[in-house]
Amino acid sequence: MKPPAPNVPPALRPFGPDMRDVGGPRQPLYIVKDLVKHFTVGGGRLGRAAVVQAVDGVNFDVHKGETLGVVGESGCGKSTMGRLLIRLVRPDRGELILDGEEVGAPDGITVRQLQRNVQMVFQDSYMSLNPRLTVEDTIAFGPRANAVRRDEARERAHNTLTMVGLRPELFAQRYPHELSGGQRQRVNIARALAMNPRMLILDEAVSALDKSIGAQVINLLQDLKRHLSLTYFFISHDLGVVRYISDRVLVMYLGKVVEIGSVDAVYDNPRHPYTRALLASQLSMNATERRTKPPLLGDPPSSINPPTGCRFRTRCPLAEEICANREPELVGFARDSLVACHAATPGSGHASAPPLCPQHTAKASARMT
Amino acid sequence: MTSQIYEVAEQTVDETLRGKARGGYWLGVARQLRRDPVTMLCAIILTLIALAAIFAPYLSPLDPFQTSMVHRLKPPGTPGHWLGTDELGRDLLTRLLYGGRLSLFMGFVPVLIASLVGGTLGILAGYAGGWVNTAIMRTMDVFYAFPSVLLAVAVSGALGGGLINGLASLTLVFIPPITRVSESFAIQVRTQDYVEAARATGARAHQVLISHVLKNVSGPILVYSSSLISVSIVIASGLSFLGLGVSPPAAEWGLMLSDLRQAIYVAPVNAVLPGVIIFLTSMCFNLVSDGLRTAMNVKL
Repeated sequence: MKPPAPNVPPALRPFGPDMRDVGGPRQPLYIVKDLVKHFTVGGGRLGRAAVVQAVDGVNFDVHKGETLGVVGESGCGKSTMGRLLIRLVRPDRGELILDGEEVGAPDGITVRQLQRNVQMVFQDSYMSLNPRLTVEDTIAFGPRANAVRRDEARERAHNTLTMVGLRPELFAQRYPHELSGGQRQRVNIARALAMNPRMLILDEAVSALDKSIGAQVINLLQDLKRHLSLTYFFISHDLGVVRYISDRVLVMYLGKVVEIGSVDAVYDNPRHPYTRALLASQLSMNATERRTKPPLLGDPPSSINPPTGCRFRTRCPLAEEICANREPELVGFARDSLVACHAATPGSGHASAPPLCPQHTAKASARMT
Repeated sequence: MTSQIYEVAEQTVDETLRGKARGGYWLGVARQLRRDPVTMLCAIILTLIALAAIFAPYLSPLDPFQTSMVHRLKPPGTPGHWLGTDELGRDLLTRLLYGGRLSLFMGFVPVLIASLVGGTLGILAGYAGGWVNTAIMRTMDVFYAFPSVLLAVAVSGALGGGLINGLASLTLVFIPPITRVSESFAIQVRTQDYVEAARATGARAHQVLISHVLKNVSGPILVYSSSLISVSIVIASGLSFLGLGVSPPAAEWGLMLSDLRQAIYVAPVNAVLPGVIIFLTSMCFNLVSDGLRTAMNVKL
């Protein structure tokens, strides 16, 4: 553990008993197991309801102190995932384990305790601030709701404002409409920090800001992470920003994780055809590498009735029969990345699958678990 | 981490502070209202009418119930009776002043009670959703099936005349529309990110409701309710006119209109006067309500 940063105000102590780091540094901060969330849309008492498989059987870990970037097309379930992780949305199935303690289990932690440890910053900085509350009241609301005394909550609000680079004497009494977009997003970050969380879910937190302001906020987030030993779950559609800020990247497609791995592994050596297409869709700085043909055609299929087997097969250049029949599992065979693709899994039966090498697979799976 | 970030923030500070109106939300609304001459004029007229009603005994030396067969239906401008007298020789000005008490009371109180009840029900229905919403809103729909005047007449007819019954029937008339409006605003607010963010702090439902939902729906509910005051005054007058509201000899604008209508061919000006006052008052309430809506930027 790093020594606490000198400019972290003393008032930023956790509420109640400090439950920080019960599992030690090797215990993932957050384990997500088999997470499922289906939404029912349409259909009243008489009509037939459709089920949207927003998040469908997702597994991953978030390590302590890392930034896990989450990328994917719109509608792939990124935002639902973020809301599931702070239990703004109740999962249909699956386990959420924070630092070794399961959320909602009898011997685990409550949702309230989870929410003291995990906070969220929303995309729309204006919509996520109550227009009738001053900056100070907005930030102090969380601590107040957790039984912190009024003056202490106020002090905490001022401290977090200072931490996000807004002078309390200038900003504490302002209303959201009196702030610029960047300032508002700083207030949103301060609001999340006032809960003294260990992990922040940043749902497109800089996407709505213009590039220069967004870059300042990114730098602020990096500073805060260092000083407060935070862990970030960084949801974004901006591949460049995700590469810059993340340690590892998680790629989602239609409610499933298709690839997860270190930034270098995923960006330099993408194994899933969807990841490759996604990366190819970025504008290249090198003019000779620019293309006129889109890497992927069409909209993603509806998550109301997703394709059988591999969900990407309808748009996949490598699709074969096996892809329609069997769903690929998220497995690791290469160093620091897991991928859910038959074409990348040895022994899957796919024509372009790497040759099966028992020794190799055994070693890889031992490393990944 | 601070020095560079501070600089950036401070550049924008000056921009935002310069020429920007400061202060709370309601101060801003008041500032807006002051720039709206029609609303200000109507508010002044209403204030004068209300003050006149409250201080009626000090403004008029006459007794509103003192009849005089000799001075029946004197035209306006008669010495001692500036606005003339009614069919029983009672001073019209005095009766209009005293009548304002009852009429304004019947305008305000039902709407106030209905706003509290309907607002609470609507916010609960909107925020809770599910079966709570269904139970509350379908019950309201039953009341909605009746036209408001008919409902008021039916209820006060069933309960019998009198001030309290009139009050009760008017309150009942206004609860459904206020509930419906509050529900739709509560639903709008509930889905906002700031409510989600507040819920994500582990706050209890009532804390979120008070700090976030109520703060944002109370304005629109106020605007809507204010537009109902004029309706309430008119319906209350209508009830009295039909003999279902307050009973004679009480001074009330609707009742006065009813009593004087027999004299419409003899002394048309006298007969019309209570109607003019009812019109003026409800008109002013409507215009003030419109002004409020504009100032608060509410879309109903």
